Amino acid sequence: MTTPRKLKPVDAVIIGFGWTGAILAKTLTDAGLHVVALERGPARDTAPDFEYPRIADELRHGIRGELWQPLASETVTVRHAVNDTAVPYRKYGSFVLGNGVGGAGVHWNGMLWRASPEDLRFRSHIQERYGKHFIPPEMTIQDYPVSFEELEPHFDHFEKVCGTSGSAGNLRGTLRLGGNPFEGPRSDEFPTPPLPAIHAAQLFEKASAQLGYRAFPLPAANSSAAFTNPYGVRLGPCNLCGYCERFGCFLYSKASPQTTILPVLAARPNLEVRTGAYVTRILQDSSKKRATGVLYVDANGQELEQPADLVVLSAFQMHNVRLLLLSGIGTPYDPSTGTGVVGKNYAYQMCGITTAFFSEDTHINPFIGAGAAGLRAIDDFNSDHYDHSKVGFIGGATIYAGATGGRPIEQMLLPPTSPRWGAAWKAAIRRHYRHSAPVTLQGTVMSYRDRYLSLDPTYKDKYGIPLLRITFDWHDNEYRMAAYTASKMEEIVRHMKPQTQATLLLKPGNHYDTRIYQSTHTTGGAIMGSNPASSVINRYSQSWDLPNLFIYGASAFPQNIGYNPTGLLAGLAYFSADKLKSSYLKSPGPLVSA
Amino acid sequence: MKGKTILVLTGGAIAALAAAIAVSYVGDGAAGENVSPTPGRNAELIDRGAYLAKLGDCAACHSIPGRPAFSGGLKMGTPIGAIYSTNITPDPTNGIGRFTLADFDRALRYGVAEGHSLYPAMPFTSYYNTKPEDVRALYAYFRYAVAPAEIPNRASDIPFPLSMRWPLTYWRWLFASKPTSFTAPAGLDGLQAQGAYFVDGLGHCGECHTPRNLFMQLKAVGRADGSQYLRGAVIESYFAPSLRSSGVGSLRDWSEEELVEFLRTGANSRGITFGSMSDVIIHSTQYMTEDDARSTARYLKSLGSPEQVGQSFVYDATSHRALKTGDASAEGAMVYLDNCAACHRPDGRGYERVFPALAGNPVVEAGSPDSVISIILQGSTSPRTAAAPAQFTMPAFAWRLSDVEVLQVANFVRSSWGNRGTQVKLQDVGRLRPGFMPR
Repeated sequence: MTTPRKLKPVDAVIIGFGWTGAILAKTLTDAGLHVVALERGPARDTAPDFEYPRIADELRHGIRGELWQPLASETVTVRHAVNDTAVPYRKYGSFVLGNGVGGAGVHWNGMLWRASPEDLRFRSHIQERYGKHFIPPEMTIQDYPVSFEELEPHFDHFEKVCGTSGSAGNLRGTLRLGGNPFEGPRSDEFPTPPLPAIHAAQLFEKASAQLGYRAFPLPAANSSAAFTNPYGVRLGPCNLCGYCERFGCFLYSKASPQTTILPVLAARPNLEVRTGAYVTRILQDSSKKRATGVLYVDANGQELEQPADLVVLSAFQMHNVRLLLLSGIGTPYDPSTGTGVVGKNYAYQMCGITTAFFSEDTHINPFIGAGAAGLRAIDDFNSDHYDHSKVGFIGGATIYAGATGGRPIEQMLLPPTSPRWGAAWKAAIRRHYRHSAPVTLQGTVMSYRDRYLSLDPTYKDKYGIPLLRITFDWHDNEYRMAAYTASKMEEIVRHMKPQTQATLLLKPGNHYDTRIYQSTHTTGGAIMGSNPASSVINRYSQSWDLPNLFIYGASAFPQNIGYNPTGLLAGLAYFSADKLKSSYLKSPGPLVSA
Repeated sequence: MKGKTILVLTGGAIAALAAAIAVSYVGDGAAGENVSPTPGRNAELIDRGAYLAKLGDCAACHSIPGRPAFSGGLKMGTPIGAIYSTNITPDPTNGIGRFTLADFDRALRYGVAEGHSLYPAMPFTSYYNTKPEDVRALYAYFRYAVAPAEIPNRASDIPFPLSMRWPLTYWRWLFASKPTSFTAPAGLDGLQAQGAYFVDGLGHCGECHTPRNLFMQLKAVGRADGSQYLRGAVIESYFAPSLRSSGVGSLRDWSEEELVEFLRTGANSRGITFGSMSDVIIHSTQYMTEDDARSTARYLKSLGSPEQVGQSFVYDATSHRALKTGDASAEGAMVYLDNCAACHRPDGRGYERVFPALAGNPVVEAGSPDSVISIILQGSTSPRTAAAPAQFTMPAFAWRLSDVEVLQVANFVRSSWGNRGTQVKLQDVGRLRPGFMPR
């Protein structure tokens, strides 16, 4: 390639214009900085990209993934163990990657959880409750260097930005009926009330109560009312159309950067968003103490250098880690010695599903659904909300009821005995479609010494740059977690009184299978911690190596939680943004001394 | 014999024409323009001028995206060919840099610039009553605070002989109001009078909201002119609704507070702006002071003639009940459910300042169905303003609905939930579906 053209320096460059990119773009432009945001995908907005009825096209969006990153240009490779050879992830299955303005914040469901207070000091909490040796040596879980109390105002703010619907279970320390009794104290109610439970969730709520569990509305970034957020941006109300997950929202009610933050950035002269900009490297000065900008390839294939005083790395979790490795920032993690940090503690989630098949007089009508609104959940078996001393594992799962929609390709639930094609299949669909409901568990995955991210030695992207390699498989702890929480889930479903029920669950011997959707909640690789020997970033999301580099997203999670990650990663981003405003921008430098 | 008559007649016509042209060049009654001393660089005056330029919405025609502010070039279609707005920056060659205050006043209020008559696309017909001190402020702003742009004016596309401007002089003499300084109509209190000054003057509301007659002049320029004043008019493919407070499809049910909110944000609990009013909100009325917006609202609310106030809209739940119980047998009901109800809801009430209510909406109920039909065909996007940064878009349905379906759903929304709109005709839909749209 020829020498890249050097562009005019700017105050800050943002890599990836999804949720955290938008949050930081707002913070930095509020402070008067001249900011350039680089987004690899196209510009996208509700109109015309998510307009009704074209957006409600499952084949185009849900299967072919028009809103997702094209894997033919860049993907990841996957292997199960350190000595295996990884192969590319060529077809979407296990997880889906966002692309374009809004990132994965366009196609998410809007399940907006906070972490539990104990999730943020998980290692200490487990050791305090169960003893020093309860955590197996190969499990490399860590504490966050920031507490729930410190993050709470930022969780609260983000929930308001999103017009989140829900019901507080713990308001300033007082437990309240109807909300999650296991959540940390909230400083305020949800900004909009929960939507009424859809029928499957009503049955779940009743069955849970019979068993002594406390079901509550799943916190939903699907606004339940016309609502004006703290930035003056108005959201529409959710009408349970069933097209959240894998789609953009045509009703302006699912929170996405487009519906919450970008409208106030649209006219800012100090923000320039460049789409089709594929960042290939973060540049450092010769002392390797300072980021000097980024190198990227624009939509015309031109290689450009964008110098900047501040670099914000806010791409998807995997892309953050890959870019650090490609840029030679920080020491790559080495599983043989357990040293190094970049790529360390890759984790995932383990999910399971029990489907209830009801008689024809129970009308589930699954086409009435939303990504999160109208669903009901229990948190009794997640995190360390229950005694783990005898169960043989650490962690747990949220369990929630109700389909996010009744789409014709992927959301046609059938008993395992039903034929998969032909007239008998059609008859079975007719029999069950309106009378079946899923209950799902979304479980934690701990981090382990032999599960990590690195650069692939063989496979490259379309520019000839190495792909990211995932080394991952399930551990016994997770199989046991899933078996235990699934037994609780199945018991609840039995109390929902279906005619039959069927459970899909990973069991010991089932390897990680990239063809089957699990969740898009991949975490770690650029984790947050209290010292540079065990982490990539400090509590303010600042790189230990380059103090003018800030890294956002689920790549910061030291292990995974049984919740969806967006609430936590947005809370961490706002916590950092606050510190940028109050300290860093006034006097740039390390915010935590190493 | 016959040939001779023609010759005489032709000769007479040519002579008359020549005389008409000659007369149009002399004796133009442009006396009375502002001849006070050229204002200096007074910051307060310039600020006032900047604000007045927003109230007058000069940018709507004289600024186009991607080019220097006020450098002109906006293409405006007329039946005889396109004309282009002019450069009004202080550039001495291309703009108005050589204009004296009197020249500026002549253009603004008299419609005469550099010795020729302006096309009445320039609303001098409304600006005619601008107060002398406000003309001075505007002059100071354009002279001192606007950056000169060396962008030449573009000649019109109107072919000769229609491009001759002398008939415009006659049009002006016959139809334009005589320039005068604003005097409040009788019977208005101070705030209402302030509103009247904006509505009839710089705001040039009547240019869209008052119907025109055969020669394109407004049928009324003030409240004294009677019931045609601001009673709504078709403009392009929309019907600019009545701004009066009497009868179906008027602002009868809007409160003063709601009007203030609408002017400053482009929306209120009863509706969201559409069509060219969106540009007016974006470039002009969102900047109105609370006081100016309130006075405008108060003045407009004073326009209800007591004898024809008519009935207030009363919500009727029949249509909602039918849709709710799965009865879509009414003509257009199924089209409504399939295309509209997701946002406007089966009860027609929509969601405040997101998806406008159709029930009781004066635009939906208006005598002319043009706006409803055009919005269904073309869709609509709400304006982005400082106070309301979120933009909401209704998609276009022309690609998806036939003329008959548009007709049915337009009739459905105009007659459901208590709405009192009259029946739409199929040819109305055909007329409003532009050629480029699929049928």
